[in-house]
Amino acid sequence: MTIDLKTVKHISKLSRISIDDKKAEKLSNDLNSIFSFIEKLNELDTKNTEPLTSIAETTLKLRKDEIKSQNIREDILKNSPDKNKDFFVVPKVVE
Amino acid sequence: MSDITDLKLVELIDKIKKKKLSSTEVTNAFIERSKKSKKLNTYISENFENALKDAKIFDQKPDFKKKLPGIPIAVKDLFCSKNIRTTAGSKILENFVPTYESTVTQNILNEGGIIIGKLNCDEFAMGSSNETSYFGNVQNPVSENLVPGGSSGGSSSALAAKLTPATIGTDTGGSIRQPASFTGTVGLKPTYGSCSRYGIVAFASSLDQAGPMTQDVKDCSLMLEVMSSYDTKDSTSVEFKRENYLNNLNENIKGKKIGIPKEYRVSGMPKEIDELWEKGIKIIEENGGQIVEISLPNTNYALPAYYIVAPAEASSNLARYDGVKYGFRSKGENLIDMYEKTRSEGFGDEVKRRIMIGTYVLSSGYYDAYYLKAQKVRRLIKNDFDEAYKNVDAILTPSTPSSAFKIGEKLNDPVSMYLNDIFTVPINLAGLPAISIPAGHDKNGYPLGLQVIGKAFDEQSILNIAFALEKNISFKNNITDWWIQ
Repeated sequence: MTIDLKTVKHISKLSRISIDDKKAEKLSNDLNSIFSFIEKLNELDTKNTEPLTSIAETTLKLRKDEIKSQNIREDILKNSPDKNKDFFVVPKVVE
Repeated sequence: MSDITDLKLVELIDKIKKKKLSSTEVTNAFIERSKKSKKLNTYISENFENALKDAKIFDQKPDFKKKLPGIPIAVKDLFCSKNIRTTAGSKILENFVPTYESTVTQNILNEGGIIIGKLNCDEFAMGSSNETSYFGNVQNPVSENLVPGGSSGGSSSALAAKLTPATIGTDTGGSIRQPASFTGTVGLKPTYGSCSRYGIVAFASSLDQAGPMTQDVKDCSLMLEVMSSYDTKDSTSVEFKRENYLNNLNENIKGKKIGIPKEYRVSGMPKEIDELWEKGIKIIEENGGQIVEISLPNTNYALPAYYIVAPAEASSNLARYDGVKYGFRSKGENLIDMYEKTRSEGFGDEVKRRIMIGTYVLSSGYYDAYYLKAQKVRRLIKNDFDEAYKNVDAILTPSTPSSAFKIGEKLNDPVSMYLNDIFTVPINLAGLPAISIPAGHDKNGYPLGLQVIGKAFDEQSILNIAFALEKNISFKNNITDWWIQ
């Protein structure tokens, strides 16, 4: 299997990371060498193997639904790249 | 009193408790040495002034019952620290100042520890040489232009150079044990669920674990005691009886069965590493341990499985960096354009590469072939260990397939860089604890490590075995202070 430029561009779109053509070419080379290494897994027969989704295979614990932090609006907005006291600001979405 | 920085953690604590040294004297000594060591590039953020204030406060009303009474500690810059910038080695978090504290660093503070700074690391802990950090390469104090390992490279370098008496790292595929091995220090990755992940910048959540990095096994036992706790803020934190690891430390390994996995004898491994392994085996036998040949048949599939699971989880975890709520933002013509430019300019090449691998293996039509397949292989790898542990108490292997390499040497070949973690990655996939201890040198005088792998939650056994090995090896790091300015 090879990852061509078109696929790289598609993945870049899905990842929300813009890349130029020169970078895309290098990435395609890197990804191909990484995936040819990954293909080794196809040697293994895993038809009857259950996937291991988590090493801590326990059910999540229940807890009381209580408020633990209050009045943290300032804290939450503190690191926002667009300085606004009340909201997160993004480029205009609705015309 | 320049000798203060030569003391180990447990020795420093003893001197502070006996009032032979004050916290201010100790904190100042490590800060002064750190200031002369800029050439190593270990610190991303210094917290020197505040640390000295905290030391003074400690000295005014010292509480000697604490486990780290007034002890200065620099930590990997992947742990969120309240009001201290936390970057994860990335441009995208260059100006991020957390408003909360990670559980592990809070545990250190609760025991009287003082945070003196945040240490360099590979960007989002993705790397094995600290060369992916936005804040530049870190020098290994062992020799100039040598990598300190990664991703906890700032931690291993600062520790080996005695800029901090102990430190903490995180280990997703070897990021504590490999840098420990490269710098002649001790590093332990605990069982998954032992140390809380709350407040640690996430890389691959089913693999990430925080752990101690120290000068010796005693210090390591103490640090693990401080770091490990059950935490309701981390849904995968496990409630189990945490031992008094330092008090229980015991070099008696009589009757212990230690497995030697034949699959770890990889071709092309340097002779010195094979000899080192033999030396470890001999020490165990001489001390009454029993060596058992074991097989972990799926070892060769661990690294390819890891390079699906880890990037997949990373691509999901790193989706949060969108330039909206925190972190770097680039200007865009519209919202989507802003996202794409922010992430393109904010992330480095290795991080982008891994996000894209992860996105691809999770994308429609490829999920079963890659992600599901890798999770099945992960099960096989865990089964290998479960099978082996029916007959042995622990497993002994080398920590890495080579010693530290030169800066730049492997940067353009991702797969050869990934191969560095061949002996450490299977342990993360199986969620087991493992410790790397310095055990010898290669022909250049660069340190080499041995790894002891344990059963889940049996950190005490691997600490004890490591303690016995350490006593018999009496490793000495030949560090010459070449970087001091």
